[in-house]
Amino acid sequence: MLKPEIKNYVTPKHIRDYPTGPSFEAGHLVSINAGWRTFKPVVDINVCTGCYQCYLLCSDGAISKTDNKKIEFDYSFCKGCGVCAHECSFNAISMVKEELAK
Amino acid sequence: MVDIKKITAKNMTDKEFFFGHKACAGCGGSLAVRLAMKVFGEKTFAALPAGCMSAVGFIFPQMAFLNNAIISTFPGTGSMLSGMRAGLDALGFHDTHVVGFAGDGGTADIGLQALSGAIDRRDRIIYICYDNEAYMNTGVQKSGLTPYGTKTTTSPAGKNLSGAVTHKKNLFEIIAAHDIAYAATASVGYPQDYLNKLSKAARVKGTSYIHIYATCPTGWGISTETSVSLAKEAVDCGLWYLAEYENSTFKINRKLTKPELLKEHLLKQGRFKHLKDEDIKVIESERDRKWAQMMEKWG
Repeated sequence: MLKPEIKNYVTPKHIRDYPTGPSFEAGHLVSINAGWRTFKPVVDINVCTGCYQCYLLCSDGAISKTDNKKIEFDYSFCKGCGVCAHECSFNAISMVKEELAK
Repeated sequence: MVDIKKITAKNMTDKEFFFGHKACAGCGGSLAVRLAMKVFGEKTFAALPAGCMSAVGFIFPQMAFLNNAIISTFPGTGSMLSGMRAGLDALGFHDTHVVGFAGDGGTADIGLQALSGAIDRRDRIIYICYDNEAYMNTGVQKSGLTPYGTKTTTSPAGKNLSGAVTHKKNLFEIIAAHDIAYAATASVGYPQDYLNKLSKAARVKGTSYIHIYATCPTGWGISTETSVSLAKEAVDCGLWYLAEYENSTFKINRKLTKPELLKEHLLKQGRFKHLKDEDIKVIESERDRKWAQMMEKWG
């Protein structure tokens, strides 16, 4: 597994269905964070130089490297903080209002 | 240490060990945890006391860590790490890291004695304090690491007082005074410096401690996108410093470059908006005193 993943979770119906100890499976996610965003980052692939500063500085790990040495966003987990756009030395990332983004 | 390959953004692992958590947008603390886990790798056992990172990572049935991680008691992070190390060694898992991620309150106030004990035992553990300068998880209360003039819910700014009346506790030197194997300060604004210090901590035979300055957009009243640049600016204007302690010697990694930025830097943040010129003078003189002392002793 490369990173924690969304897994199907059946809500317990009875107190007996809850785990008895305070432990749980690692890397188990039940919901995405996309709904937090007002602005969404959009990268201009032609301007991106693949320096990966945004990748380094993303608190959510929502940026990944692509095979052609550029970046792509995981919009399910991007919270739209804008650090990537603000720190990009080449202005390759712009923050676009969510409903205006294609 | 020279032959060890430097970990950078280009060659670091693609694995995300802290992902899908519910930290606020632009959180500096979660960036500190994410980068640390990427350096330490999957054979890492983490303990987190009450604090933002345990609150955002362990919301049942969510578990945002890909490796083994546990919530420790609030004052017991250090002792829990010692126990985990002893357990791993007893089972023969010597090729592992044991790491704790505690906030500034969980380190400087509540968890201080357990941390002191762990350093005293010389256990091979790594303790990371992400310092967002108040108890952010419970709604911004003043901690021992809250700097002078900060507006928090327990040190409100008004007619009589302008925020916190005490200066930041000198935790880095308190830790170094234990003659710890490795201690360092870092900032999320200087990520490469932080990565280097993490790699060093991973190779130290005894206890290591990293104190990372982590911005908190929610508690500091700053816009989320400036999270990293403000952490950089804090180092540039001298409110925070990058230093290391190893082989019983202190070393400053970065000199004070832009002291004139101080006022502008403070007034950008909601928590310092109320500061009058005389309060800024107090902060400035404390900074100058601290830097003069550091340059004289360590420079």
